[in-house]
Amino acid sequence: MNHGKPIEENDLQAYVDSRLDPARRAEVEAYVAAHPDQAERVGAFGQQNAMLRSLFDPVLEQPVPERLARVLAASPDRRLWRYSAMAASLAVAVMVGWILRGEQQTSLPQGPSFAERAAVAHVVYTPEVLHPVEVGVAQEDHLIKWLSKRLGEPVKAPDLDKLGYHLIGGRLLPGREKPAAQFMYEDARGQRLTLYVSTDVTGNQETAFRYAREDGVSVFYWVDGPLGYALSAEAPREQLLAVAETVYRDLNR
Amino acid sequence: MDDIRELLAEQIPRLRRYAHALTGNRARADDLVQDTLERSWSRRHLWRRDSDLRAWLFTIMHNVFVNQLRKNSSAPGHVPFDEAIDPPSGAVADQTLELRDLAGALERLPTEYREVLLLVGLEQMQYVEVAEVLGVPVGTVMSRLSRGRDRLRALMSGQPPVLRRVK
Repeated sequence: MNHGKPIEENDLQAYVDSRLDPARRAEVEAYVAAHPDQAERVGAFGQQNAMLRSLFDPVLEQPVPERLARVLAASPDRRLWRYSAMAASLAVAVMVGWILRGEQQTSLPQGPSFAERAAVAHVVYTPEVLHPVEVGVAQEDHLIKWLSKRLGEPVKAPDLDKLGYHLIGGRLLPGREKPAAQFMYEDARGQRLTLYVSTDVTGNQETAFRYAREDGVSVFYWVDGPLGYALSAEAPREQLLAVAETVYRDLNR
Repeated sequence: MDDIRELLAEQIPRLRRYAHALTGNRARADDLVQDTLERSWSRRHLWRRDSDLRAWLFTIMHNVFVNQLRKNSSAPGHVPFDEAIDPPSGAVADQTLELRDLAGALERLPTEYREVLLLVGLEQMQYVEVAEVLGVPVGTVMSRLSRGRDRLRALMSGQPPVLRRVK
């Protein structure tokens, strides 16, 4: 493109960085061969590039310090922001629900807000480092008995070990009218998913899986008998669906 | 959501390499990377999937770095480069005297030259990418590259920078 034009300073720099097409490169080479002072310059610049890499490339091989990896594991500020955004959309959902009251009679009268409550609980508790759960898996029997008692229905924590998610515990949460329970699972990489269980559902029937997405949190929710379930994770829909199916099967074993 | 976390994690070694070369100080480099990661993680919804994640991250790091310099310059006792040279790998024995000279010269190079030299020479970014990251025209990148390289060469040979013949 610049063929035949005089060699300029930019050409010399691009020559050093191997950014010239072969034809221009040949022209610069010829120029440099005829100008020893420039030959010395570009030679030195090429050396600089090579030395910079020798000096700093070893950093690439160093293990990443824990404090840097942790930034991506959880971000309280962002979570808080999200939480307030979600609280705001929850408020809108409640208002919409109020306006539409009596308009629909489904088994999930508070449909979206059920999923949203689960998503909010997920977002609030999964970043916790010290207290992600109220009762840990070491007291699993106690946890199940306690939550069943408080919800007024027998609940159980599905076994997701074969998917690589291990139960870490659970907690009791306020629901709309009745309390809700949250079970938390974690995989080897520290990714967490939660199962929200509530009796805040009308009727005593089954629904299909429904899907909602709240600012990066995927939620599958459904009603099975007296209990409503919502499975939340920061994962793509297909991936979470596979988990939801396992949860459903395990609960109906 | 999960994939952006992984994409960001993949970039950490490169961010550290650049930060290390830029600050010449291990602790300061990791502080810079941490600030960059925190900022990008909290703004990850602003990253467009079809754009280059590395360029986006380096832009953030440049902004964080420049802001810190601005703050430090008004505060007394700014952090100097590590005593002589902080060996980035701990492999000090492998370093030739020339590499030590380079590290020392890099330290004395004005920041705007150092950034361009590192983004081009170490990161091997295209000139237009460097322009984008630094928020300056490509012409400015080219002139900083040219002057920075001459300056670095002079510093390494222990001579005062000489005027270069411009064709």
